[in-house]
Amino acid sequence: MPPFNRNKRHILPGFGLSMGYTVFYLSAIVIVPLATIVIGAFRMDPQAFFATVTSPRVLASYRLSISTAVFAALFNALFGFLAAWTLVRYRFPGRRVLDALVDLPFALPTAVAGICFATLYSPVGWIGHYLDKTGIQVINAPSGIVIALIFIGFPFVVRTVQPVLAELEPEIEESAQSLGATRWQTFRRILLPHLFPALLTGVTLSFARAIGEYGSVIFIAGNLPLKTEIAPLMIMSKLDQFDYDGASAVAFVLLLISFSMLLVLNAVQRWQQKSYR
Amino acid sequence: MQTNTDTPKQNRAPLKRNDPPAVQAILILLTFLFFASFIFMPLGLVFAEGFRKGAQVYLDAIREPFALAAVKLTLVTAAIVVPVNAIFGMTAAWAISKFSFKGKTMLVSLLDLPFAVSPVVAGLIFVLLLGTRTGFGSWLGEHGIKIIFSTPGIVIATLFVTFPFVARELIPLMEAQGREEEEAAITLGAKGWQVFARITLPNIRWGLMYGMILCMARSIGEFGAVSVVSGHIRGMTNTIPLHVEILYSEYNYTASFAVSSILVFLAVATIAVKSVMEKNVHNHQHTQH
Repeated sequence: MPPFNRNKRHILPGFGLSMGYTVFYLSAIVIVPLATIVIGAFRMDPQAFFATVTSPRVLASYRLSISTAVFAALFNALFGFLAAWTLVRYRFPGRRVLDALVDLPFALPTAVAGICFATLYSPVGWIGHYLDKTGIQVINAPSGIVIALIFIGFPFVVRTVQPVLAELEPEIEESAQSLGATRWQTFRRILLPHLFPALLTGVTLSFARAIGEYGSVIFIAGNLPLKTEIAPLMIMSKLDQFDYDGASAVAFVLLLISFSMLLVLNAVQRWQQKSYR
Repeated sequence: MQTNTDTPKQNRAPLKRNDPPAVQAILILLTFLFFASFIFMPLGLVFAEGFRKGAQVYLDAIREPFALAAVKLTLVTAAIVVPVNAIFGMTAAWAISKFSFKGKTMLVSLLDLPFAVSPVVAGLIFVLLLGTRTGFGSWLGEHGIKIIFSTPGIVIATLFVTFPFVARELIPLMEAQGREEEEAAITLGAKGWQVFARITLPNIRWGLMYGMILCMARSIGEFGAVSVVSGHIRGMTNTIPLHVEILYSEYNYTASFAVSSILVFLAVATIAVKSVMEKNVHNHQHTQH
């Protein structure tokens, strides 16, 4: 029998081993590889770095990646909320199937989603041939990128709003209504403020994912220089030209954007937890 | 003990808070419209396009040697990545949930880091670190070890992008379960491994499988990161998603969608297993408390 000591901090064994392996594996697979980009960017000649990052094509790609991600996130805020609402609150045939299929964008490889949307919206596609008559262009245009990003980001909003909506005490709404509030007032003043932190978390997650998304976008985007080139594609095309420094510079700025999103997300989540207490 | 598959909340009688039927109908219709255009149409399209030239062409596209090689490479990659990341996930969850130490919050947020990184950047970092440009990479090259543009590179990039899945599934689960059961076993004289195998593992089995399924789905479907490190050598370093891309860019749409349909089957199977498991995880937690 092992010596049992009440004052020992850890009764359970294996702290050293499990902690050591965790830190080792985390460093080997994540920290050290990510550090190479940061070190590489700092070792670059600052002038060359800024020349790469502020070149018109790269700047246009950042602008496009951010703006399409914003539009997709706003659309998802609306439709993700709507889907969460109907799935939690209403009972209708097919609800369980829809609920399960919310996860499809997580499970479906991005390349498959990419070729599907490119084909659907092509001038002869199921949706595209209607749009063709109206003169709306989706393929090879920023609106096509937004469509792909909506697909990618949609589950984040539904899956963060859904549990909060389901846990909501019915008494809150009932008391608001018994005090004379209309349905709309109850929604505006009671439900929405309560759900807002979760909604914001979901929207931030979907935005962060959209900024870096590659596979689902490149097929529908057409990748026209200065028009429909997203930031990850710029990294790819610099790599194809063996411009490793250029690729790292573009990647470094993209990493900065992603990590600041992570910080925002942490702040939002802290706020969300506070608002529950 | 719960025999009903529904949660108690869902069985509650309809409340006064329910919206008027007209509002419900409109919102449900909008939801269906959204799902039709973003979920059902893409799914239907894969099969419509894949079978456009008949079942024979569809089968040929799937049985073609390059397609089979891509399937094999994808399965080999997943077979390495899933267990490695599952072992890591269990180890990390053990350290984080069973002990208290400084910097735990920071460690947990570092574990999620790969989710915040663009897949293309994930591929790039390994090209930079292990490619022939760096000292380490060229040393490997001199010793005949090729990582980038070869299978090990694909495995490493996939390890990175699927890194958090199992850990982030297990940490909250094991934290909720506490450490009393394990501590009791230790004080009764059980060995560390016995405690893990007899107590911890049965408690977390559903969460573990759930995390592994998510990890597997992502490792099969990963495109951006793998695309950077693979070098696109047909029959050698092409995974299924890369094979789909090549066929599509060669205007061989039928074959491209036929091969995609394999991935759709896997994705739908993943979702089906996931929703069954979610129920199990849920019921398991229910019976425990």
